Amino acid sequence: MNWPKPGRIRDWIEERLELSALEEMGRHKRVPVHRHSIWYYMGGMTLFLFGLQVATGILLLLYYRPSAGEAFESVQFIMTQVPFGWLIRSIHSWSANLLVFVLFVHMFSVFFMKAYRRPREITWFSGVALLALTMAFGFSGYLLPWNTLAFFATQVGTEVAGAVPVVGHFMLKLLRGGEHVTGGTLTRFYGFHVAVLPATATLLLGLHLLLVQKHGMSVPPAIESEAKREGREARTMPFLPNFLLRDLIGWCVAIGILAALAAILPWELGTKADPFAPAPAGIRPEWYFCWMFQTLKLLPGHVLGIEGELIGIFGIGLAGLVWLLVPFLDPGTPGTGGRSRLFSAFGVLAILYMAIMTVWVYVAPGG
Amino acid sequence: MCVSMLYPVARYISPPEVPEASTQSVVAGREGDLKPNQGKIFRFGEQPGILVRTEDGGYRALSATCTHLNCTVQFRGDLKQIWCACHNGFYDLSGKNVSGPPPRPLEEYKVNVADGEIVVSRA
Repeated sequence: MNWPKPGRIRDWIEERLELSALEEMGRHKRVPVHRHSIWYYMGGMTLFLFGLQVATGILLLLYYRPSAGEAFESVQFIMTQVPFGWLIRSIHSWSANLLVFVLFVHMFSVFFMKAYRRPREITWFSGVALLALTMAFGFSGYLLPWNTLAFFATQVGTEVAGAVPVVGHFMLKLLRGGEHVTGGTLTRFYGFHVAVLPATATLLLGLHLLLVQKHGMSVPPAIESEAKREGREARTMPFLPNFLLRDLIGWCVAIGILAALAAILPWELGTKADPFAPAPAGIRPEWYFCWMFQTLKLLPGHVLGIEGELIGIFGIGLAGLVWLLVPFLDPGTPGTGGRSRLFSAFGVLAILYMAIMTVWVYVAPGG
Repeated sequence: MCVSMLYPVARYISPPEVPEASTQSVVAGREGDLKPNQGKIFRFGEQPGILVRTEDGGYRALSATCTHLNCTVQFRGDLKQIWCACHNGFYDLSGKNVSGPPPRPLEEYKVNVADGEIVVSRA
């Protein structure tokens, strides 16, 4: 049999897929080089961790059983009987947490570098939506092992959704699959976690990456002004291979960290959920929900005749809306400091608030 | 046409109302199950209830669902109060919300002891 020569295979593929256009695009893609360039790696790292979630998630699906009677036992089976099951599950859980952390770093770096300004507003909106989706991934995935902590976290989280005026009760029933958290809720969360959220996230991610590709990477206004003052072009480096190779180093480091975490601190399973047991002392949600948890904890039963939880939920919702509208709310002319710098200070306040509330939960669990 | 396609989907994802038999009375335990200043969770229909034996040997029964965000409460013997671990809410033994975020009291049930059984019913 005559095998076609490698060059002919390439020609055959090229004639049908025109991959050279992609290659050409990659050759022209350049990344700005300046003192804040390190933050550009966060987007790629987020994408890498998302890929790792998909890969380990698919592996977990081979053994996981989404019912109240079998979920806990199936995760126990993965952790104790399946070869390297502990590793796959621990990497899935640890990388989910690392993904949320890197996503926050990516978002705040975009905020402080003012990369949301014209014409990148839709890139910002899709990024905020992806953050919300990632938190929904975390919330839905947390219930899947059907353990005590997850049961009460879902009880509280869905009750918060239920407290939203007008549509609250509909949302509560939609999420729980009924009035209460039951095995039906677990099945729904499984559907959200492995089908609805991945499909939506893939579409949004596609849009986000397309826009990043279309507009290129944003250069902070201060750096742009500096280059203009000095009468020079801003420095850049080729994406292929220079930037991608640096990305790869970061991804290898991330794999190393995750493997070490999985080996030294395998993800715990806890005790099986019992809907008729009291919430255990020291209960708290995943760290990225802690600032909201502590806010709701600190509010008294009533404030000016209104239920405290409603004020808390309204405040958190309003904060989310303000964050989404950042590109329209920044009053400053880019690069001119003044009011724009003051706007950045709100970002610092947001980080401080979230950090203090989160640390509070860990330092004083009863407080 | 869009509406005719979306309506069945919207109705499908919203779970049907399943009528729950309204529980009026249950046996929450037997005399001697609890020592004075002790509490336990019992099943009141589809919801948890809490039974507390007070220091003087009497019984109190309440809904165990926190009025803040629906966690299940527990009895704290050291404080002689009912506590929700989720957001640090406290109730006294009559179910009144006394501190923390709970906005309303817990529903109180009636307790009767007959033939060694502790019978809890809606007040």
